[in-house]
Amino acid sequence: MATQVTDGNFDEEVMKSALPVLVDFWAPWCGPCRAMGPIIDDLATEFEGQVKICKMNVDENSASPSRFGIRAIPTLILFKNGEVVDQTTGAVSKSSIKDMIAKKAL
Amino acid sequence: MKTYDAAVIGGGPAGLTAALYLVRAGVRTVLVEKLSPGGQMLMTEDIENYPGHPTAIKGYELVDKFVEHLAPYELDRLGDEVREMTPVDDGYRIQVGDEAIQARTVILCTGARYKRVGTPGEELYTGRGVSYCALCDGNFYKGKTVAVIGGGNSALEESLYLARIVDKLYLIHRREDFRGAKCYQDKCFVHPKMNILRSTVVDEIQGDPFKGVTGLKLTNVKSGEKSDLPVDGVFVFVGFEPVASFVPATLERDKAGFVITDCEMRTNLPGFFAAGDVRSKNCRQVATAVGDGATAATAAYAYLEHMHA
Repeated sequence: MATQVTDGNFDEEVMKSALPVLVDFWAPWCGPCRAMGPIIDDLATEFEGQVKICKMNVDENSASPSRFGIRAIPTLILFKNGEVVDQTTGAVSKSSIKDMIAKKAL
Repeated sequence: MKTYDAAVIGGGPAGLTAALYLVRAGVRTVLVEKLSPGGQMLMTEDIENYPGHPTAIKGYELVDKFVEHLAPYELDRLGDEVREMTPVDDGYRIQVGDEAIQARTVILCTGARYKRVGTPGEELYTGRGVSYCALCDGNFYKGKTVAVIGGGNSALEESLYLARIVDKLYLIHRREDFRGAKCYQDKCFVHPKMNILRSTVVDEIQGDPFKGVTGLKLTNVKSGEKSDLPVDGVFVFVGFEPVASFVPATLERDKAGFVITDCEMRTNLPGFFAAGDVRSKNCRQVATAVGDGATAATAAYAYLEHMHA
């Protein structure tokens, strides 16, 4: 399962993480986000020990989404050493997320 | 390599129905869906015209019911996207993510997605002020000003949804008359938060790298007059395009790329069927997708029987 992150622990879990981190910004009202949910959890298992996979509910956390200028969801942001290395908006397939991770994070 | 009698590509209402009819007929079936099932139903807040739900049903609730209906049956599922489809001797070889499968028949139910309007700035600011899903992104614009581009049912319907959230909404349409249903037009035209800009095209979506979208450059195509419109976001609903980039090159499609079928959902390729929004047709609804799915599955079953005979 993906790790739930909040505004409160975002720096700790994401910005200061030794591993690259993929954050899925989502909300319960968003259909495409719901559609991606199972894929994000699958990726958490597949990349265990290599990439940390996190989810942030933008309904409950507004500071981090606005910090990264997010105005559409689902948005995925890939962080490495506390920096944004790639991002994508809209529902995308598992292969395309794996490609993004392989190219930018590993 | 795994082989099947039928591969259903896409898990919206057409694909879920086709899969249901196939597994109930005892056909060895795989359902390929790159996301979780539901398709565009998941992007719809209320579905008001699917028979049997007189007080409307939430899109995701109807999806849950479709999925639950399939649960008791034996059905293989693959959760990745199709990259390539090649006709082979005994059917089709399908590359799904890193895995290849083969199927005697294919039912293509990949649906359609919102088209881009093709304006400078659109791609740059997608996700940062440009949106294609009111239900997903509307809440980011509480008390703000947005524009909606389009003149069909989706544009009107989504405008009515957004108007409940935003402070001010400009509905921008390149023609004088709207194509969308009169019942939506009537509601939009008198809505206190809506401003209707007819015969107007968007020349550019403007923004800045930090704030995202800040405004639009417009031209009135009748008067030629140009203007600037400050907005915080823009929602694009200018029609649909088929999701079919990976189909065999020999599959017959119409000018817009939608797949041509007969009334039994047969395409020009043997054992290759299409159902739902990806088909060349006029009416794209959950109800018609379901009908297409059932028809295609029945035709695929008949085709398989004929092959074995």
